[in-house]
Amino acid sequence: MLYVAVAVRSFRRYSTYRTATLAGVFTNSVFGVIYSYAYLALWHQRPDAGGYDATDAVTYVWLGQALLMTVALWGGGTTDDLAERIRTGDVAIDLYRPVGLVGWYLAGDLGRAAYHVLARGVLPTVFGLVLFDIALPPTLAAGLGFAVSLVLAVVTSFAMRFLVASTAFWLLDQTGLRTLSGVLAIFLSGMMLPLVIFPEPLRSIALALPWASYLQTPADIWLGHRAGGAILDGLLVQVVWAAVLLGACQLVLGAATRKVVVQGG
Amino acid sequence: MWVRSSLAYPVSFWMLTVGSFLVTLLDFVGLALMFHTIPTLGGFGLREVALLYGVSGIGIGVGDLLIGSVEQVGLHVRTGTLDAMLTRPVPLIVQICADRFALRRLGRISQAVVVLGYGVGAVDWTAPKVALTAVMLVSASAIFFSFFVAFSCIQFWTVDSTEFANAFTYGGNTMTQYPMTIFPREVLKGLTFVVPVAFVNWYLCLYLLDRPDPFGLPAWFAVLSPVVAVLTATVAALAWRTGVRHYTSTGS
Repeated sequence: MLYVAVAVRSFRRYSTYRTATLAGVFTNSVFGVIYSYAYLALWHQRPDAGGYDATDAVTYVWLGQALLMTVALWGGGTTDDLAERIRTGDVAIDLYRPVGLVGWYLAGDLGRAAYHVLARGVLPTVFGLVLFDIALPPTLAAGLGFAVSLVLAVVTSFAMRFLVASTAFWLLDQTGLRTLSGVLAIFLSGMMLPLVIFPEPLRSIALALPWASYLQTPADIWLGHRAGGAILDGLLVQVVWAAVLLGACQLVLGAATRKVVVQGG
Repeated sequence: MWVRSSLAYPVSFWMLTVGSFLVTLLDFVGLALMFHTIPTLGGFGLREVALLYGVSGIGIGVGDLLIGSVEQVGLHVRTGTLDAMLTRPVPLIVQICADRFALRRLGRISQAVVVLGYGVGAVDWTAPKVALTAVMLVSASAIFFSFFVAFSCIQFWTVDSTEFANAFTYGGNTMTQYPMTIFPREVLKGLTFVVPVAFVNWYLCLYLLDRPDPFGLPAWFAVLSPVVAVLTATVAALAWRTGVRHYTSTGS
């Protein structure tokens, strides 16, 4: 399969930079420790905030650190290559490949995510397990649900990043919008603070938006706060958002290729 | 020149500036939302935390504005542009500072100033306190400046380890946004004597807020901040010198 080949090569490409990975794992772990103590202080005073207990809260912190790079919360991944290729005009080459542009870059991004979940996800979690009391998925269904949810999280995040990168067709430079979209993602995914302890109505709004897919939904499945049918409900919302956003990617791409003159000769 | 080049894509520039203002603003909103659930965090109220947050934010903001580009030193090593810089009759560190000088970093500083403005309401102001606040802001900036330099020096040995430095610079910033009382005693000791980020704001803010040290450390630690700033700057300068001495060009 072509897409598998693309994903495998993307995996290998990211796995080349070992020192960078180790440095990143170290940084994730330091932030994990800081947030763990901050959350412990909060849950010490309100032991049931957002329906979580202290162990859930600390587990949430380390899940967040593990997913930060995997889901590319800040932006990055193959969509950055795309934006750069749009700016330089190389995207013209991508466009006459006999493969859809969205599928091509999605496959690459899934390969990247597979590497990041192994390297930047598992290693800091092990560190967190040693230092703190971290909960593992209570049931097999929760574990499997988490895995599916994580893939959907990457696809949703990819579609969002693809849309941001596509603005380079018009603006030429995506950096500004990329930063803005990263800010929104950090806040609305629950990376900064679990969405479950947001005050209403902010909580319900944030939970219904696509960014909840990045961290809150997978984390709730992992923690067992979504069990049984609720797992499927959560996954269904993720599928809907992923489909809507991927559809939007195709539309934007269509508009771009029709209207925009590619840079260069 | 870098200031002008960043204005070349105006839409992107303004989004980036607004973005970096928003990123830090939402960051504080996150903290404020925590206080929606609880009245105090580690015994400190929102205004007091805003004071800590503002000082730390201005410190890292100024440090980043002046020397943040030093994070790119690994890139200069890898691409060989460091050789060209070394032959110019301007100190290397100044050239790297000026390289990719990014005006948008002002966004972060202005946000920290706004938060600090909210935090000063927690203090009973007297003349010495005002003077010490000025000392604190300068020391905080100097400490973060030194951190940026010192931890970037690792890149003279391994070029792709930029993220390692982030644990200390941005990590130090995040740590000092919270009152140290949320950490266990051993962590505080580490943050005082090993990686002295506690001197960025913690000890002087305790003095400003007329609070006794919850960990029982002496009150005169408050006036040590400038001393620590000079010390970290010295260590950073030594590390930089060793790094540059160690540097042998990529060749060719």
